[in-house]
Formats: sequence, structure tokens, C-alpha cells
Amino acid sequence: MYRSRAFAEWREFAAAGALQSLEIDELYETSQRYQTLLCPNCRQMTMENRHIGKSVPRKEGREKVTGSARYVDDLTFPQMIHGVTVRSSVARGKILGVRFGNGIPWNEFTIVTAKDIPGKNCVALLIEDQPCLADQFVNHPEEAVVLLAHPDKYLLEEARRAVHIDIEPLPAVFTIEDSLSRKHVIWGDDNIFKSYRVEKGDVASTWSGADFIVEGEYETGAQEQLYIEPQGMIARANPADGVTVWGSLQCPYYVHKALVRLFGLPKEKVRVVQTETGGGFGGKEEYPSMIAGHAALLALKSVQAVKMIYDRAEDMAATTKRHPSRTHHRTAVARDGKLLAMEIDFTLDGGAYETLSPVVLSRGTIHAAGPYACPNVLIQSRVVATNAPPHGAFRGFGAPQSVFALERHLDRVAAAVGLSPEELRRRNFIHEGQTLSVGQVIHEKVQMDKLLDRALELSGYHEKRERFARENPRNAIKRGIGFAAFLHGAGFTGSGEEYLASEAQVTATPDGKVRVLAGSTEMGQGTNTVFAQIAAEALGLECEQIEILQPDTSLVPNSGPTVASRTTMIVGKLVETAALAIKQSLLDAGFLKKSYTSSDFADACRQYTDRFGALQSLVKYQHPGDLHWDDGKYQGDAYGAYAWAVYVAEVSVDTRTAEVRVEDFVAVQEVGKVINPTLAAGQIEGGVAQGIGFALYENVIWQEGRMVNGQMTNYIMPTSMDVPPIRVFFEELPYARGPAGAKGIGELPLDGTAPAIVNAIAHATGADVRQIPVTPEKLMEMLEGVHA
Amino acid sequence: MRSYVPGYELQEPRNLAEALERMAREPGEWKPFAGGTDLMVLLEAGKLSHRKFLSIWKLPELRGITVTPAHVTLNALTTYSEIRRHELLAREFPLLCRAASETGGIATQNRGTLGGNIANASPAADSPPALLVYDAELELVSARGARWVPYHGFWKGYKQIAMRDDELIRAIRMPRNKSFSKQLYRKVGTRRAQAISKVCFAGAAQMDAGRIVDVRIALGSVAPTVLRAIETERMLRGEKPGLATLRAAEETLAREIAPIDDIRSTARYRLRVAQNLLAEFCESLAA
Amino acid sequence: MPEAARKIHVNCEINGQAMSLEAHPMARLLDVLREQAGLTGTKEGCGEGECGACSIEMDGALVNSCLIPALQAEGAKIRTIEGVAGAAELSAVQQAFLTHGGAQCGICTPGMILAAQNLLSHKSQPTQNEIREALAGNLCRCTGYTKIFESVLEACRVQRPRP
Repeated sequence: MYRSRAFAEWREFAAAGALQSLEIDELYETSQRYQTLLCPNCRQMTMENRHIGKSVPRKEGREKVTGSARYVDDLTFPQMIHGVTVRSSVARGKILGVRFGNGIPWNEFTIVTAKDIPGKNCVALLIEDQPCLADQFVNHPEEAVVLLAHPDKYLLEEARRAVHIDIEPLPAVFTIEDSLSRKHVIWGDDNIFKSYRVEKGDVASTWSGADFIVEGEYETGAQEQLYIEPQGMIARANPADGVTVWGSLQCPYYVHKALVRLFGLPKEKVRVVQTETGGGFGGKEEYPSMIAGHAALLALKSVQAVKMIYDRAEDMAATTKRHPSRTHHRTAVARDGKLLAMEIDFTLDGGAYETLSPVVLSRGTIHAAGPYACPNVLIQSRVVATNAPPHGAFRGFGAPQSVFALERHLDRVAAAVGLSPEELRRRNFIHEGQTLSVGQVIHEKVQMDKLLDRALELSGYHEKRERFARENPRNAIKRGIGFAAFLHGAGFTGSGEEYLASEAQVTATPDGKVRVLAGSTEMGQGTNTVFAQIAAEALGLECEQIEILQPDTSLVPNSGPTVASRTTMIVGKLVETAALAIKQSLLDAGFLKKSYTSSDFADACRQYTDRFGALQSLVKYQHPGDLHWDDGKYQGDAYGAYAWAVYVAEVSVDTRTAEVRVEDFVAVQEVGKVINPTLAAGQIEGGVAQGIGFALYENVIWQEGRMVNGQMTNYIMPTSMDVPPIRVFFEELPYARGPAGAKGIGELPLDGTAPAIVNAIAHATGADVRQIPVTPEKLMEMLEGVHA
Repeated sequence: MRSYVPGYELQEPRNLAEALERMAREPGEWKPFAGGTDLMVLLEAGKLSHRKFLSIWKLPELRGITVTPAHVTLNALTTYSEIRRHELLAREFPLLCRAASETGGIATQNRGTLGGNIANASPAADSPPALLVYDAELELVSARGARWVPYHGFWKGYKQIAMRDDELIRAIRMPRNKSFSKQLYRKVGTRRAQAISKVCFAGAAQMDAGRIVDVRIALGSVAPTVLRAIETERMLRGEKPGLATLRAAEETLAREIAPIDDIRSTARYRLRVAQNLLAEFCESLAA
Repeated sequence: MPEAARKIHVNCEINGQAMSLEAHPMARLLDVLREQAGLTGTKEGCGEGECGACSIEMDGALVNSCLIPALQAEGAKIRTIEGVAGAAELSAVQQAFLTHGGAQCGICTPGMILAAQNLLSHKSQPTQNEIREALAGNLCRCTGYTKIFESVLEACRVQRPRP
């Protein structure tokens, strides 16, 4: 196996995987250290992994299947009272006053307004423009103005109804058009939170020489994250001890930073603990800072523990959603299908405050031109303010919006040129050595055409394409099949990971138990299990011996937020490094031999800690020296690694009702290394289901900035009857810098699902759909147009 | 939970007679509460304006399905699950069974009752179109006695039924021995399961030598009440289902229904789909 | 503020144990289970009978506990997620959810398991379509349902009577 081959031979195999020589050395070092070969295309040389690549059962699975897992609403604290929020019903206006109605024993209540905020009245994030409680003005419906707390939940609800906020309305802005027109400036000088310009080559010079110019405008709507567990927090606060919150959240250190600012406290006096979290998907990235602040303000004033749990209606109405988007494509193509230029104009609706909009815009912008080698690209993008509750993080984070536009557009480009959709892609896929729109040179042996081949074969694409064309004319139910080709960058963009400077720690106790301390959160995606597998693999132990600490800012380091498909790839790597360092310490000290058992390991830990004290390793992220990003020009190495994918959707459209049904779905992706097949497939399947919702069902209906269909009856997510069997296939080209070669995958499925479905609908019916969600109402109108 | 729960009274009468007696003594004060699948949703949303309810859920007089040569009688607390499981209903009243299986999910079907559904009088209800097609009658009881009324015409307007404050629905009966050779039920909802209907179509026809001898067509979600498309039926009766007949029927239907734009769908979509389902029905008659 | 109605005592059997719980007659059974009985395994996801996170078995039928007033639980035999596993073992469904990835964030899992158990108590070897239909009232946002079906099928396989 590994040891029996000479390094030179190994190196030859590794070179066949086309890693750069620097990476091969690094890879070899790491392989040496834990006796596992990480080499592309050489799986036959790999020593049997004990845990990596195995479907180790979920670490906290037993608690989840027995109902003993404790989510925030399951917790009760002594003398705990409940809190609610009184919100604006007006989109924009000046607060004239607050009236408290009759019939409520107000003296029993804790009442908090902006005046009660000890620090700065803001929800600190990128900037501090969003108030925690509206003070003089409101800028969106459902903006929080007054907080109430009381021991009796029912009475509290009565009291909420009895608080009247008098607001003098101001003219409000509800659409991207109105915002850009600046008829009313509602934010900053010009309603624009952020804009970017990405330039490659010289787009302007290409139009006159182009054989074809294809234009199109594409739109995506808002999407509600709809985690089944609504937002919730419990808080305790007093001047002496500071503030502690427990709750449903993805990013404990984001909440920590926000509370430090809100209360004007030193860092050590704020503690944030993540409770078992019932889904996040980005919806619990930034919003928890708001609800934590509210619960804590009530806790401070009431001198009690305060629990604040949103019901579904409040959660839908008041919290973040995916940014609605509008993209304009103008593409110059040569007769042979080669893309000559892509001019892309990309706009997002950010809602009333900045929150994370610049970063969403960034990712959407960088992904807008896809996995294609186009010599001339111009992307101009902006995110604008409207008087709606701020839009925020949702899995994909800007990329689902721009990728939808691109992949729908390219099918139309193919048609204009007279090529099949797949042939157009083949002639333009990026290869190793070529550059993306931001100028990033691709250094890996990306094989998009092989992924495409495989996806089309697995889905029976060609046969179905031909059969449906034959059979559709005589059927009321039309069938179609379409695909999308895409990539998704893992980790924070550009210098983001460097800025985050994430840390993770591994500790071994005297009796040989291993603890992983990281700020990364488990919310169903498998963090706990994957970290345990990585650490166990590195240390040669069993997964059961690895304990993952509950994220508690008083105990674990800041590993950065649990977002951006970074947790396995970036933080998992820190965990791997820290675990290896523990092992190395024991080896170096002579307490452990190269081959050892669990009890040898425990003995070694005992000996080490007796002799030297604590056995722990805290690892900080080191930005690879060969990744360069220019924030000013928006050029360079945007992401350390990309996952590559082709998704194929088969649909049926009942022309009598314009209902679309996804009949089959094939998802093929290259992800570096699959650490846990069940968890990884689960991520793709779940993401595809969310993508199906994004494409077909999830329609937010707005009326003057307010979501009016904020009930699960009227905001439609797919049930078990609406989702086909989702067939998932992985390829592995190990990424040297990922743990065991893994890249990030969490967001990937949101990018390609909707355009694959819409391309399939276009194939089935001829309807040139440009907007999602494509509801039956909209499709019916298009079908009538098609036949007119 | 947006309601002040302690402010609601729910009491359990020992039997039907006691329930009716209390409703008669204070007309309008007490309302019947069956499975709760509609009322509890209103309670949660803070929209249950009435405060005093009598729980009739366990009253044995309101449970059970009886079959006689002339009728099938479903007592008011018959749940959707019970309808689905009943062999004779599946054979002789398949549209009602289809409707029951498309109402909510299993948990809703176990608690939702036919009587409750009728009393709630939503135009988007799934069973009423089937009941109309089957010429259902309702038995309304009060302390003063009982009366049978045809289900067709039971509505006076949006969510308004022709039932007095002191009455409740005891039973629903449907005549047997209808020889409908073709039947179609189609609910078009927001998704495949657990969906509120956008358009609901129930149709049944008796054919003879390719001619429509008798036909019943009922629709939900296209008017303030569930309705029988009487004019469309009249137009189709005696005809052979061909293209010209169908076009005329579609036009007649367009005049009979009054779909609206709302949170779930549009008037235009509902009209088009209602016509398309009518077409599907007529095409099945020609086959 | 309206007059408070008197609380009642609801006598029922929960997970094989006789219990007497004090509650307002219109209080949701969901809240009574979670707060008075301390059984927090049953979850609130929507409060409108749409998501099924609050699913329990009442007298053998699967129901949404957020839609049942406390008064109507009188005399009922109730099973919640806490009553699914025997004393030490996990049920076949629970075990399968563990090995086959049926649970991700876990919030829908108690209701989903109850729904699956309830299906299997009526039909021991359902088809995939029957499983889909039986679980259609339980929404899951994480899994896309695929591994939930695989878990239920695995439980069926394990429990299949040997010839």
C-alpha cells in the first residue's frame, strides 16, 4: 500500500491529479503524519481510513430521535418570565409616541424602549445603522419599538395588543426601481448600500464583432428560510455579572459582538451559549443578535431570566429573507458558440438596513459569470435599500440569484446560436490555467465536461429529451428535462478568512478524553459528527472518544461564523491540525509510539499532563501565501476552493392547471472529499428540496413592505409528496488544504436547482420563463402566450 | 398563541340533548366545537371572536355511518379518516373519498369532521363539492326538533349558512342508487399535499348511448360559496359531449362562477383552470 | 381584559402513565404536554396544524397536538416521542433514523417518528408512495425527505417477518 511505493511513484500519481508542487509536498507531509494518503485519483493507494468516508451516525442523533435534545423553548430557568415585541405597522414614519391601553395591569410588566439601552442602540454587524429598538423613526413594517415582559404568557399577548405606537407616515420605497430612482432617499445619500464592478478584458470592444448578441432580464423573489424551529432566546443580565444568552443561533461570536456594543460591556462580561438549533440556513446568522439583544434588555430591566420565542407568524413577518434580485445579461457570442463577452448587471433588494447586504452582493457578483472561460466580462452590481424588513443570509447568499440568471440565460444563448444547451457549455467550460471573471486562475484539474457527461447519463437526459419532444404534442401533461452547470466557492471571499482569523482548539484530558472546542455550531448539517470524525482520524481513536463542546463563548474560541460553506473546509482543517499537533506532542515527548491503541493513548495523555501540564493545541487560521485578493479592484483569488456541479431536473407540466412537478433529480458534484456520505448526501438532498421551493412554490407576497402570507398555510414549502427521489453523486478531487481533502458543500445545491428546473420547464412547454418562483398562475399566462 | 386562552370557555355536555338544551336556552351564547381543526387555528391567530363553546367531540349520537337501501347517512362527527376507510363509500361515493384523502394530512383527517367542515362554510372546503354532486341533505337538530334540508342552497353568502343559533348539524345523508357512469374529482391546490384549494372540481354524469342523460357539476374556491353549476349542467343535459358543446359549457361556466384574486391565486387562473377541468371532465364523457 | 375561565383537571394516560394535569379547557394539548407534563419532546413549529412538529398519537390516531384543546384529552391514551422507545432500546424506526440519516436538525424528528410509527402500526410493509403520503403532514426543511423515507424503509426491512 502506501508505504510500499516509492515517493517518486507517489509523486507521479499525485502530479496526474495536477496539484502544484508546493501542494504535493504539503500533502505528502500531512499524509505521512497520519498514515493516510490524500491523493487525487489514487484511491487504490489509500490506506483504509478508519472514519473519513464513513457514514458515522450523527453524534447527537440519539437525543434527537428520542426527543431529549433540548432546544431553547425546552429550557426553563427558575423565576423565568416571558418577553414579547411590539412592532411598527407602518413601513416608514416618525414615531410620535407610545400609548398603553386600558385594562392591563401595566405595573406588573417590564417595559423596555430605546431609552433603556445602556450602550449603543444598534445591532452591530458590518456597520451600525440598524437600531435594536426604533427610537425616532421606523423604516420597515414590523420594526421593533417596545419590549414587554411578564410571567403570564397569555396576559403578555393581551398586553402586546394594547400597546399603540403612533406613527406619522413618511413616503416609503418598496421596489428596486423606486429605490434606484431616488424619488425618496431612505438610506445614506443614494439608497445604495454597496456596489461592485468586476472587469475582465474589454467588453465594449466585442459587440461589433459578435455573431450573436443575446440579452435577457431575470428575476428571483424573496425566500423565507423557514427553519422549523422559530427564533428564540433566553437571557439573564445584571450590572454585576453582565449578560448571558442561550438560544437558537449559528454564530455565537456575532451575537457576542452585538451584545458587547448594545450594553457597552467588556467582552468578558458577555456570554453566548448555543442551544440545540432546529435549522438555520442563514436565517439564524445575523438575526439572533437582534432577538438576543431584546431578551437581554428585558432581563436587565426585570432582573429576571427572560425567554423570548417567536411564533411562526412573527418569525415570518419580522426576520430576514433571501434578497430579491434582478439581473440583466447581455452576451456576445461567436458563431461557434464561444462566449466573447458577458455584460452582467446585478441588483439586489436589501430591505431597510445594511446588515450583511454587501457580502451577499459580493458573493452573487463573483458567481455571476459561472464556471466559464469568457475573455471579456463586466459585472456591475449594487444592493439597494427599500422599506421592508432587512433581507439577509440564506444558504447560497447571493449566488442562487446570479446563478439562476446565468444558467437560464445560457440556455437561451444556446438556442440563439443553434447549439444544444450542453454543447454551448462544453465549448465554454473553464479549464485548469484559465481565469474566472475576477481573474482567479484555476489551479485544479476541474473537469466540468466529465461532470456534465456523468449527470446527463445518470439522468437519461438525451433519451428523455428526444422522447419528450416526440410525445409532448399529444399529451396534456408535457415533460421536460433541463440542467444547470455551476460552481460554488467555499469559505469567506478574498481576504475574508484572513480577516476572520478563526481559531479552533483540541484538548486531551489526563484520562485520554479528547475535546474539540470550536465556535462552529451544529444545526443539522453535521458539524459535531464531522469534527469528531476528523479528530478521531487524526488521532487514531474512535469517534465516541471525541467530545465536541457546546459552543459557549466563555469556553470555545472564535472559529468564525457557521456560514459560507466553511465549517468543514476551514474550521475542520483547524481541528485536524490541532488534533495532529496533540498527537505530535505525545510522539515527540516519547509517550506514544507510531502505532498505538486507545489505552496507550490514554496512558500517554496521563504521562504528558503529569509531566508538562495541559495537553492542548489552539490553532489559528493561516491564510495561504499564494492566495491574493485585491479588495479595491475586486480581482484575484476569490476563494480557496470551489465545488463544481451539474444538476439535472426532469419535470412534468400539467397544461390544464400549469402545475409543475419535479419527477426526477440528479445532482452530480465534485467536492474534494466526502467525509461522511450520509451527511453529505443529506446536505445535497435538503438543499435541492429548498431549491425546488425557490423555483416553484415559495412566493413571498408583499404589500407595502409587509409579507402578507406569513403562515405555513400560505407560504408553501414542499411536502414529502412534492419532492422526487433526489439522486446524489459525488466526485472527489481532494483539496490539499481541506481536512482529508474536503471542500465546502453546504450552499452548493441552492445554486443549480432552480435554473435546472426552469430550463426543464422551458424544454417541456416552450415557455421562456425568466422569473422565479414560477407559480402556476404565472406559467398559465405564459402557456397561453405560447399557444396564442 | 395570539389569544387570551383563559378567556375561553369550553364545556362538555353529557349528551346531545343537554347540548341542544343549552344552545336553546341562550341562543348564540354557546357554539358547538367538534374536532377543532378550524377553530383552534383561529384561536392561535387571535381571530376566534366567539368565547363560549360546547365540546361535542365525544357525543355518541353524532358518530357513526349508517347504510340503508336508500341512503348512506354519515353522522356529523364522521372524520375524513373514517370516510376514507369505509368500503361502501369508496365504491358508491368515490368523489367524497377522494375529497377526504386530499384534505390536509393524516393528522388533520383524524380530527376534521364532515359536520365541522360544513358548518365552517369555507368556499375552499374540499368535501362540499362532492356532497353537492351527490345531492346531500343535512339534518339540523335543535331542542325544538329536527329538520332535513338539501345541502344545495344551504349557503346564504360567504361563510353564512342557513342554520339557526340553536341548531347544529346531526347528520349528512346521500341517496344511493345513482347511476353515475363517469365521475371526476380534481382539487388544484398550492402543492400536492396539505394544501388549500385554488380550484376544486367535482363532476358526475349519467350517460346513455353517448348522450349526457344527467350531470352534476360542483366547484369550490371560485365563488363566495361552494356552488353547483346549475346553468352549465342544464346546458349539458341531453347533449353529446363534443367540441362545440364543450365550448358553450365553458362559456356558461365562466358566467356562473365568480373567482377572485386572493393570497393564494388569481381570478384569471381560477377561471381558466375551472374551464380546463370542465373540459377534462367532458372529454372523459366522450371516451 | 376578559375574565379568566376556571382551570380544569384533565385525567389521561401519557406514555403508559396515568396523569392528572391542570389546564384551561381551551389550552392547547401541545402546551399542556410541554409545560404541565414536562414532556418537551413534542415541538411547536407553526401553531396552525401545518408542519406536524407537534404530532402525537391520541387513542391510536396521529393528531396535531397544537389543535387539540386540553378538555378533549380527558380519558385519552396519549403517546409522545418519549414513549416510543422501550425502557432501554430504541424502536426500529428510531434506530433506522440514526443509521440512515433521517434526522438532521432534529426539530421535526419527534413528529416525523410518531407519524412513521403510526403508519407502521396500521401497515407493516408500506410502499414508498404510502410512506410519502403518510408523512405528507410532517414538514422537514433539512433533509429533502429522501433519507427519512430510507429510514422508514429500513425500519420495515428490519421488522419484516422472516419466511
